[in-house]
Amino acid sequence: MTAAPTRRLEEWRYSDIAAVERAWPVAPEAITVAAGECATRMVVQDAAPGSATIRQFDIIVAAGASLAFHIINSGGAYGRVGLDVTLHEGARFDLGGVIVAMGEQVLEIVTTVRHIGPGATSRQVVRCVAGGTATATYLGKVAVARAGQQTDAAQSFKALLLDRGATANAKPELEIFADDVKCAHGATVGELDRNALFYLESRGIPPVQARALLTRAFLSDALAGIADDEARDTAEARVTELLA
Amino acid sequence: MLKIDNLHAEIDGKTILNGLTLNVGAGEVHAIMGPNGAGKSTLSYVLAGRAGYEVTAGSVTFDGQDLLALAPHERAAAGVFLGLQYPVEIPGVSNLMFLRSALNAQRTLRGEAEASGAEFMKLAKAAAADLGLPYEMLKRSVNQGFSGGEKKRNEMVQMAVLQPKLAVLDETDSGLDIDALRVVSDGINRMRSPDRATLLITHYQRLLDYVVPDFVHVLVAGRIVRTGGPELAHTLERDGYVSIAA
Repeated sequence: MTAAPTRRLEEWRYSDIAAVERAWPVAPEAITVAAGECATRMVVQDAAPGSATIRQFDIIVAAGASLAFHIINSGGAYGRVGLDVTLHEGARFDLGGVIVAMGEQVLEIVTTVRHIGPGATSRQVVRCVAGGTATATYLGKVAVARAGQQTDAAQSFKALLLDRGATANAKPELEIFADDVKCAHGATVGELDRNALFYLESRGIPPVQARALLTRAFLSDALAGIADDEARDTAEARVTELLA
Repeated sequence: MLKIDNLHAEIDGKTILNGLTLNVGAGEVHAIMGPNGAGKSTLSYVLAGRAGYEVTAGSVTFDGQDLLALAPHERAAAGVFLGLQYPVEIPGVSNLMFLRSALNAQRTLRGEAEASGAEFMKLAKAAAADLGLPYEMLKRSVNQGFSGGEKKRNEMVQMAVLQPKLAVLDETDSGLDIDALRVVSDGINRMRSPDRATLLITHYQRLLDYVVPDFVHVLVAGRIVRTGGPELAHTLERDGYVSIAA
């Protein structure tokens, strides 16, 4: 990699640039899933308070292969997990991403998913919680090449803002050169459901615990796709701890 | 057990309860009937402490303590249960986890020991069986994908596990077919005991054929305009609310 990026670049416009410079240069990690194989990966970004971390993954999912990738992004003053995923014919990529940003943290998940062969599927589910004056960002680009007919791509982003000063950014981006594709995306930013809060409290659950329960439930969408029960329980427990 | 005196309450500056007085003794079942907009649901929310309902005058005493001074979860721990007209769906929180958290939070607040996993399972299984709700459904998210009748059964399951002293049941009968009504009524009747009380809030007399109340009150425009025995419900069913209010 060359010089550190600037805010002028679209994919860095919400970043903490001073922190990015501290973390630069970044050595991407390469992951290749061979044809017909299934792989899983869990990335936990829980760097020490005040630190700046950028983790970049360059991923190739070969024909008929699948990768389930999960991220829990919660550490440091600045934390970014970037994925550049190339999907060959009939490949499948599932992303479940969680961001828990508190205080003044700036945490990001930035993905580019390239459907370069026909019939590949991508599913991205990202759930963020932001409190204090923190910023949580998801930038998700899906690029479908001319050969990417019958692409089935979906992105779902939801953010929960716990405090007035918190920010969530979501930007799905589609670049499509094939004509027979399905590319769905949805993004919502909201607050905790008051009816649900009252319901929990009316049954005896104190407000702080009720909020934590609802927040955890909100995030669990992004972890539901972890097939291994033990791994999912570990991830859920980690998230619960973050919200305690 | 419950003493409501000259209660006035408003929502968004609009007066809904307008001098409501009601005494409910231990062991009694009271039915509150009234037309739409009379303040029935408001009464239930005020008793449970929902935000946005402002009490402007009057008092509510429960077991000798000022109920209005307590937060919603403290009221629950004190023994108040509100069966909601429209139970809320909570994706991602299982019924079991919800109910166990609730039971243990109440016990903790009362200074009692928490229920063990085994004790809780036994309670939940028994309650689900009594109310004809498959136990498997309790493993699913709270009320998510439940039919109207299943949601109401689920409210009764919660009540059976939490064992409140005072159950305020807001239109628990609405949306129930005859079979479900019978099951839910049985659930309410099972809870009747000399040291518990029930406030049934309902539009229709139908529920009161199954859960026979000790008293029937007619609520119109935020106050109780008439009180009688179970026969009053039949009079209302025959003549409507208009004749009473006049």
